[in-house]
Amino acid sequence: MAVVQQTARPEGRSSSSFWTIARRDSLAGFLFIAPQLIGITLFVLIPLCLVFWYSLHEWNVLANTFTYTGLANYQMLLEDTSLPSVLGATAIFSAGLVIFNLSLALLLAVLLNQKLAGITIFRTLFFSPVVVSLVAWTIVWGFLLQKNGGINGVLLVFGIEGPNWLREPVTAMISVIVVQVFKNVGLNMILFLAALQGVPNELYEAARIDGAPRFKQFRRITLPLISPTILLTSIITIVGSLQVFAQIAVLTQGGPGLTTTVLVYYLYQQAFQFHFFGYGSTLSIMLFVIVAVLTFAQWQMRKRIVFYES
Amino acid sequence: MNYHRTLRSAVAALAVAVPLCWSGIANAQDAVNLRMTIWSANEAHLKLFNEIAAGFKKDHPNVTVTYESLPFETYTTALTTQIAGGNAPDMAWIFETAAYDFVNSGALYPLTDTLKATKGYNAEELSATAAERWTKDGKLFAYPFSTSPFAMFVNNDLIKASGAKTPAEMIAANQWTWDNAIATASTVGKTGKGGLIVRDFNYQIWQNLASVWNGWGASPWSADGKTCTMTEKPMVDALTFIHDAVFKNKAMPGPGESVDFFAGNAAMTITQISRASLLPKDKPFAWDLVPLPKGPAGNYALIGQAGVGVMQSGKNAKTAAEFVAYMTNPENSAKLSQFFPSARKSLLNAEVLKKTNPLLSQEQIDKVVISGIATGKVIPGHTGFAQIQQVVRSGLDAVWRPDANIPAALQQICGQIGPLLKR
Repeated sequence: MAVVQQTARPEGRSSSSFWTIARRDSLAGFLFIAPQLIGITLFVLIPLCLVFWYSLHEWNVLANTFTYTGLANYQMLLEDTSLPSVLGATAIFSAGLVIFNLSLALLLAVLLNQKLAGITIFRTLFFSPVVVSLVAWTIVWGFLLQKNGGINGVLLVFGIEGPNWLREPVTAMISVIVVQVFKNVGLNMILFLAALQGVPNELYEAARIDGAPRFKQFRRITLPLISPTILLTSIITIVGSLQVFAQIAVLTQGGPGLTTTVLVYYLYQQAFQFHFFGYGSTLSIMLFVIVAVLTFAQWQMRKRIVFYES
Repeated sequence: MNYHRTLRSAVAALAVAVPLCWSGIANAQDAVNLRMTIWSANEAHLKLFNEIAAGFKKDHPNVTVTYESLPFETYTTALTTQIAGGNAPDMAWIFETAAYDFVNSGALYPLTDTLKATKGYNAEELSATAAERWTKDGKLFAYPFSTSPFAMFVNNDLIKASGAKTPAEMIAANQWTWDNAIATASTVGKTGKGGLIVRDFNYQIWQNLASVWNGWGASPWSADGKTCTMTEKPMVDALTFIHDAVFKNKAMPGPGESVDFFAGNAAMTITQISRASLLPKDKPFAWDLVPLPKGPAGNYALIGQAGVGVMQSGKNAKTAAEFVAYMTNPENSAKLSQFFPSARKSLLNAEVLKKTNPLLSQEQIDKVVISGIATGKVIPGHTGFAQIQQVVRSGLDAVWRPDANIPAALQQICGQIGPLLKR
């Protein structure tokens, strides 16, 4: 008994002092996540609060004035005649990008999910644009898409006079979407490929025995089982599509007219080119809300579209 | 004993070191580091600027001047971002198009008193027209260190090969008009080479088209800057002329087409004379430099400017103003004029300009440079220019189509920029 008391004493002491085991564990946990927490606080949370603060002000950088204007910048959102065109261009770009990117990524993943000799070469080939510098990639495409550029040169060989890709409203938007899709489709393709390889083979064998055709196997087995990856890639792609900037800045500068002026490029113009930092901040808040709402909506839909959540 | 000796040595060392350190700290406190943002990264330019900074240091040993080259295309954006981030430079180059924003906002430190107080500066000889855009309420807020006329560079080899008349021949016959210039460009264009290029325009930097439409007496807005004049006849006529040159005569590269004059691929290009340095040395062609052609409104000239100003928010604005005064004094202005044509009257003579522009002939200097600087209008600018530029660029996209309705497009542009001009 005495022995038990002796061995129990240190535990009794530590539990009566401030640094209980639970507290020490918590501290250790916080210390482990501290670098990330400090980073997020410094570079995400504080700037986010500052952007909201700036959105309530008119900040003239050159005159060095910072005047509280309340909700005037938010009122300006409603009166900005360019904003409907900008939001329209953003919606078209995002929808086009998400549909084209996810479809192509899934198609490539299915095609490359074969046990053939040399298949890794193709996988590497399709993934390689992901690691290429975005600006370099876009500049090269800019040359190819010129009126007298490489793509129209190839078309001319076949007797086709190609359009002025970056100067016509429709082709400009298509060009920007395609350039972005080809840049990043490899990433989604790899994620889909990993998901496809996680689908148990026995399910396909059972389906084959039951006489299910290949498309039905894909619809009834593959798609449900890779649905978590579809959700993940769609969230990543939608959020990424709303943040596109470099491609627009390099290829079209928002033109022709406002047809490719997406929200991020517009807020960049307002804040950094026109020096309306207050209004630019307001547009940032709007973008933040749009991204948050879309992500939340997708997350809520997961029970309906993700197999494992039902 | 040893202990005491060591202690004494330490005290003696401290007695010597502390005053030395203190003086070091005092010197460090007096040291002034000035930073100037520029858009040139040219080695020859930087060498000259560093020589000027070294010359200033002789009289101001505590002052060190450094130059920060920012990309040309995004220069003003980068500069204002630095200012917004609380990292404003002490001095900055400023584009002529952004001059009104910087001068009217109070961002710049007034230079007039410092320039007048500088011995031998001779501020009076600065051309008043050149200083106009940089002056407010009688005070100069940035010094226009570069006043460079736009002119036409010509590739005579291409023109002669096409069988067209060269601009020099047309000037001699008093036929150097826009109609004839475009006819020549069109003839060369039919050979598969480029015709006439307004350099840096690229269907984006529309203000460079002033080098054409000024020949029609056109202007995007009224002299007081309050009213849009793009719907008036001179502008409609000028833009119709340019539109026809692009889409009917194939005399100018169309939207999305890139042709480089200095690679020998086009007949003519309108640009500033400082671009003479781009003329090829390896595969030279017979080139000429001529004034801009005569338009329906007569002869005209256009100049581009660059100013250097001192940021009001800087800790050492007064010292920075003294450096600007030193950099732009008569002696250094003469050195700078080899790259940046000066608006000082004493440097606007053929003898000086011939020395600083060895590539140009006496005739080219007389007819293009001196006459251009003396009579040229400065490229359009306005308060809030970046936004106006963007709105007009976006609106003009409707003009750069083969089936464009030019008056309607210009009407729409005026409707959009009208409120911006009145601000």
